[in-house]
Amino acid sequence: MRNRTAHDLLAFASGLVFGLGLLAAGMADPAKVLGFLDLAGAWDPSLAFVMAGAIAVGLVAFGIARRRTTTLLGDAMHLPTGRDVDRRLVVGSLVFGAGWGIAGICPGPALVVLGAGRTEAVVFVLAMVAGMWLFELRSARRAPAAAA
Amino acid sequence: MTIDWPSFTPGAAMAGGAVVGLAAAMLVLVNGRIAGISGIVGGLLRPKQGDTAWRIAFVLGMLAAPVAWMLAAPLPAIRIQANWAELALAGLLVGIGTRLGSGCTSGHGVCGLSRLSPRSLAATVVFMVAGFATVFVLRHGFGA
Repeated sequence: MRNRTAHDLLAFASGLVFGLGLLAAGMADPAKVLGFLDLAGAWDPSLAFVMAGAIAVGLVAFGIARRRTTTLLGDAMHLPTGRDVDRRLVVGSLVFGAGWGIAGICPGPALVVLGAGRTEAVVFVLAMVAGMWLFELRSARRAPAAAA
Repeated sequence: MTIDWPSFTPGAAMAGGAVVGLAAAMLVLVNGRIAGISGIVGGLLRPKQGDTAWRIAFVLGMLAAPVAWMLAAPLPAIRIQANWAELALAGLLVGIGTRLGSGCTSGHGVCGLSRLSPRSLAATVVFMVAGFATVFVLRHGFGA
């Protein structure tokens, strides 16, 4: 990979902008996320508008990315190629959704809340990494797992 | 269904969402990578030559976001209602589930839907429904 420093700086900038976007959108507030997930209570549809705003920009960006074989820096695109809706995808998403519903925290906001210095996020992120590590152990025992 | 009008912030949500989309656009167009947080973090547990530094840089950027925000304005409220046991269980399920399902709200929900991926659409519908169901049971089920 060429321009490694440029890549790393850009990745830092992307993470920074991503986090600022989550904060601006109110999505770093787990209570607000739970307000979206609580359809039967007083419902706050904001999260759907966050998705809409993100996808509106994303459609343009990924539309361009799909037509390119290389990045703007001339390196290979790493886009997922899988198309099958398999059992693993469904079971994993069920488990993720259950965890999301318990605390109102998904991985992106978890990192932002951790950066804000909240000890609750330390517990959540450590447990999340432990969960990911359990997955790696399972994958290592089986055949090498396909990425993404 | 009743709408919580005082909490509903469509303008800020849409604008913040567009900024999230911009971050994903930067990462895919310059680095050729999907801005999926669970995938970026999970990939650190399976280190490959030349594939680690950008992941760490992205995570550091996210951690720096609230610090950068505080240089300009007070941080918005971060209200966490879960107790320690709930946080630990939630984190564990999120960690296992996102790796098993190959993505989370960002990788499937934002990037995958933007790519018009049928896998990501399925994943997003499933984790949303699971999230709705979990909150329903915890807040309204079993006589709660």
